[in-house]
Amino acid sequence: MVTDVEDARRRAAAVPDPELPVVTLGDLGVIRDVRERDGGLEVVITPTYSGCPAMDAIRADIERAVPGATVTTVLAPAWSTDWITDEGREKLRVHGISPPRRLQRAPGEGPVALELTARCPRCGSTRARLVSRYGSTSCKALFTCQDCLEPFDHFKEI
Amino acid sequence: MRSLEIGDDCLVLAQRLAEWVTYAPTLEEDVALANLSLDLLGQARALLSRVGDEDELAYLREPSAFRNCLLVEQPNGDFAHTVVRHLLYSAFLFELYGGHPEDDVAAKGVKELAYHRDYAALWAVRLGKGTEESHRRMSAALETLWPFTAELFEDEPELRRPWDAYVGRVLAEAALAVPECAQRSGGRKGEHTEHLGALLSELQVLHREHVGARW
Repeated sequence: MVTDVEDARRRAAAVPDPELPVVTLGDLGVIRDVRERDGGLEVVITPTYSGCPAMDAIRADIERAVPGATVTTVLAPAWSTDWITDEGREKLRVHGISPPRRLQRAPGEGPVALELTARCPRCGSTRARLVSRYGSTSCKALFTCQDCLEPFDHFKEI
Repeated sequence: MRSLEIGDDCLVLAQRLAEWVTYAPTLEEDVALANLSLDLLGQARALLSRVGDEDELAYLREPSAFRNCLLVEQPNGDFAHTVVRHLLYSAFLFELYGGHPEDDVAAKGVKELAYHRDYAALWAVRLGKGTEESHRRMSAALETLWPFTAELFEDEPELRRPWDAYVGRVLAEAALAVPECAQRSGGRKGEHTEHLGALLSELQVLHREHVGARW
C-alpha cells in the first residue's frame, strides 16, 4: 500500500499507456491529480476521447502501480493534445508517430481549426498526403509521406 | 442539455455506425466509422449515466421508451446515406454542444464533433461532385433523410440558423440541392419509425438472453 502522495504521483505517471506503450500516462497528460482522500490516496484521470476503450485498462494498471489508491475519472477540463509533454512528443516521433502541433488556444476558445498537416517522423519531409482522418485509434490520422513513401500515424490536435 | 434525448441520439447513432464494421467500402472508412461510433458511445454512456443505470437504459427499454430523434435510427443504406445522415446530425450536435461550454460532456464532445462534421463534409463534397453515380446516390440520400431534419430543432430552434448556414454551405459546395419535402417527427415522444425496433433487438439480444452475464 502506497501512502505518500509524491511517491504515488511518480508511480501513476510512470504507467505506460496501454495502446501506446512508448509513452507514459504522465507524458500524455492523462493524470490530472493525485491527492489524499478519506484517509487514502486518489488518482484523478481524464480520457483522451469520450469513448476511449483503454480507460478500464488504464484504471486497472494504475491500481496495480499504486496499491490501495482509488482511481476517479473526470471529463472537465477536456483533455487537449497540448497537455502532452515535450518528452512525450519526442518519444512519439522516435516511435514513428508524428506528434500533434501545439494549439495554444485560450481555454474555452472553442474547437480546433481543422487543418491537418504533418511532418514525416521518418525522413522529416512535410510533403505528406492525408489518407484518412481516422487512423488506428480515434486520436490519430493516417498519412503517407510523398518523399520516403512510408505511411505513418499523426496524433490529431484536439 | 437534455441528457436522455441526446444520450439516446448518441447511443442509436453509435450502433448504426458500428453496423458498418467489416462492411465499409475500404479499410480506412471501416476504421473511421468505428471511431465515430466509439466517440458517440462514450458520450452516450456519460449522458445516460446522468439519468440512471446506463446498462438498464440501453438494454432493457422498449423502443417506445427511447427519446432519440428519427434521423439517427434511419438505416445505413449505401455509403452516401451514411455520409448524409452524419453530416446532418453531426452539424446539429456540434452546434448543441458548442452552446454548452459549462457541460463537461458537451465541452469534450464538441472537439470530437468538429472532426465528425469535417469528415462528413469532405465526403459529401467528394461524392456530390464525384461521378454521375455518386451524385445520384447523394441526391437520393438527401431526399430520404431531409424529412427528419426539422425534428432536430423542435427543442432548440435557435440552432437552426447556424446549422442551415453550415449545411447549406457544404451542400452548395457539393453541388447538391436542398430538397423540398414534408417533415416527420415523433422520436422525442417515443413514436419511432419501424427501424428502431430492429436496431434495438440486435443491440439488446445478448443482454436480454443472458441476464446478469459479465465479461
